[in-house]
Amino acid sequence: MNSGFFGPFGGAYIPEILHETVRQLTLAYEAARADPAFWEEYVRLMENYSGRPTPLTFAANLSAEFGRKVYIKREDLNQTGAHKANNVLGQGLLVKRMGKRRVIAETGAGQHGLATATMAARLGLECTIYMGAKDVERQRPNVFWMERLGAEVVPVVAGSQTLKDAINEAMRDWVGSMDHTHYVLGTACGPHPFPEMVSWFQSIIGREARGQILQLEGRLPSHVYACVGGGSNAMGIFSGFFDDPEVALIGVEAGGRGLAGNDHAARLASKKGRLGVAHGYKTYFLQDDDGQMQETHSVAAGLDYVGVSPILAHLADAGRVRFEAATDDEVVAALQRLMKREGIIPALESSHALAGAFRELPGLPEGAVVIVNLSGRGDKDIFTIADALDDPAWRRFIREKAACYARREEGA
Amino acid sequence: MSGALEGEIRRRLAARRAAGRVPALLMSHLVMGYPSLEENARVIDAMAAAGVELMELQIPFSEPSADGPVIARANQQALDGGFKVDQGMAFAAEMIRRHPGVKFLLMTYYNIVFARGEERFLRQTAALGAAGVIVPDLPLQYAAPALDLCRELGLSWVQLMTPTSRDERLAEVGRAADGLVYCVARRGVTGQQSRFGEELREFIGRCRQATDQPLAVGFGVKRREDVAILAELAEIAVVGTAAIEVHLKEGAAGVERFFRGLREDG
Repeated sequence: MNSGFFGPFGGAYIPEILHETVRQLTLAYEAARADPAFWEEYVRLMENYSGRPTPLTFAANLSAEFGRKVYIKREDLNQTGAHKANNVLGQGLLVKRMGKRRVIAETGAGQHGLATATMAARLGLECTIYMGAKDVERQRPNVFWMERLGAEVVPVVAGSQTLKDAINEAMRDWVGSMDHTHYVLGTACGPHPFPEMVSWFQSIIGREARGQILQLEGRLPSHVYACVGGGSNAMGIFSGFFDDPEVALIGVEAGGRGLAGNDHAARLASKKGRLGVAHGYKTYFLQDDDGQMQETHSVAAGLDYVGVSPILAHLADAGRVRFEAATDDEVVAALQRLMKREGIIPALESSHALAGAFRELPGLPEGAVVIVNLSGRGDKDIFTIADALDDPAWRRFIREKAACYARREEGA
Repeated sequence: MSGALEGEIRRRLAARRAAGRVPALLMSHLVMGYPSLEENARVIDAMAAAGVELMELQIPFSEPSADGPVIARANQQALDGGFKVDQGMAFAAEMIRRHPGVKFLLMTYYNIVFARGEERFLRQTAALGAAGVIVPDLPLQYAAPALDLCRELGLSWVQLMTPTSRDERLAEVGRAADGLVYCVARRGVTGQQSRFGEELREFIGRCRQATDQPLAVGFGVKRREDVAILAELAEIAVVGTAAIEVHLKEGAAGVERFFRGLREDG
């Protein structure tokens, strides 16, 4: 059995009770991976249900502005508006193959939960989503859709009531329900085989992007940018270029309020992440001297995570992927710039990749060809983005809407 | 070589049997720093007075993924209260000195061990006078260096057996066991509803096949009847979440009554 280590990173640091489940999942994944028919079925599903291949859009106005060619890989055009669909639909097919009837997932901002709920509806699976109680409060629109799609959303009141507690709670469920339940982990983290398996499903991004840029430009890109929370969209696009050493791969982490304090989630770019073990795997975590995980901050909920994919940690140490961080302010500016110049509404998460690229583009050689992976769209996150932009008209609208509901309830 | 813990467990059991008492030892659990180290000390005194033979002291961790909601919350509250690992080590040392008749085990997650350095953590634990360590998220296949060092230091590295494991895996774990084996009597994590029945007998039978070390059966023990059933099957009854709930409602004195009541005779 594959040990699941990438250099010193990865592994499966799991309680004994999960040993057999993880062993069986590893076998099922390896069998699926060895079966070309499985990948073909996956690609057909993604074409038919999620609009793949997603375009590689030439950003004509930004390219003119920077004097360098900028391409945007449009993962925002997927089903549910993000690259998350690639992973959940892949795991959904694996669930069918394993003969299980129920899926569970953790979710922070709600995007992975929402994607999982659509997959469960489509494939006829029962679905339970674990979400920190604080996140349930903050992300009502996603909770609304998950419930409408037929999923049960369980607010987790343990610990800090956020993403990491939702992960722990999902693990607890899985321990007691493994016979018929699969845990759909949302990113390229967690115990083996998840980092490798999630990266495999996401590699559809890089395969497409490589073919598309060769067709459009007749050459490989010089630079590829992706935001990095857990790291699945970055693994997806980067994996198309791992064997091309001339392509620079840049991961952009959440710089939050700057790297000087602790209000960020830049595990690699800040050099503050220390090797550790949590959530089933070994990687660089933002932690204190005792080994307790620290609170993190980002304007983008999807990047606000203490750990990072063990595969990316390994690629960072090996020098294959360079890590940078973008602050909340840079990110909000990048978001507005893409909207105004190209008419594309990016997610706050994806805007980190844009911010990283915009910062470096003026200094790149004139012939540079850049791809930015736009992992998700922003219009579905209107509440969060309106907050980030501090839009006064939106605030007024919400106040009036609230007053209208209050009047209606009084009348009832 | 160790074997000290196994010998001690068997001696205590033989003495109970000879005295006509329920032939099961009790192993309790508490999270250091929850609600406070001062209160922990009172609870430990109470448990020792009630005759509890083994105690698990958990060093809290921010990601307690193998614990149920009650213990997970206790972990978080201990950390919110400012708990530091050095403090916990000093506290454990004090308790071990104060209660020479009790065998103490340190329980924590691997990152706490790793952050300190595996060797430094284990040497420190041995120096405190602890009988062993329980690290539920370091699986056997990664634990070889820790196991070797524990043997050298006379510490018991407690292995876990679970009903989901196949016999081959139980045998592997059983071969490496030293001191006692922690049998997770139900699927799931600590503190949720347990079901003592045929399934339990069958599972404990499989554990017995896999190792010659004493078995501690845990996760869900709450009542005298539970201990009586377990006494027929295993050497040690583990009591975790139930004691935390008793403590919340009735304080340290309640904990003493609770543990005395588990074996009628104390």
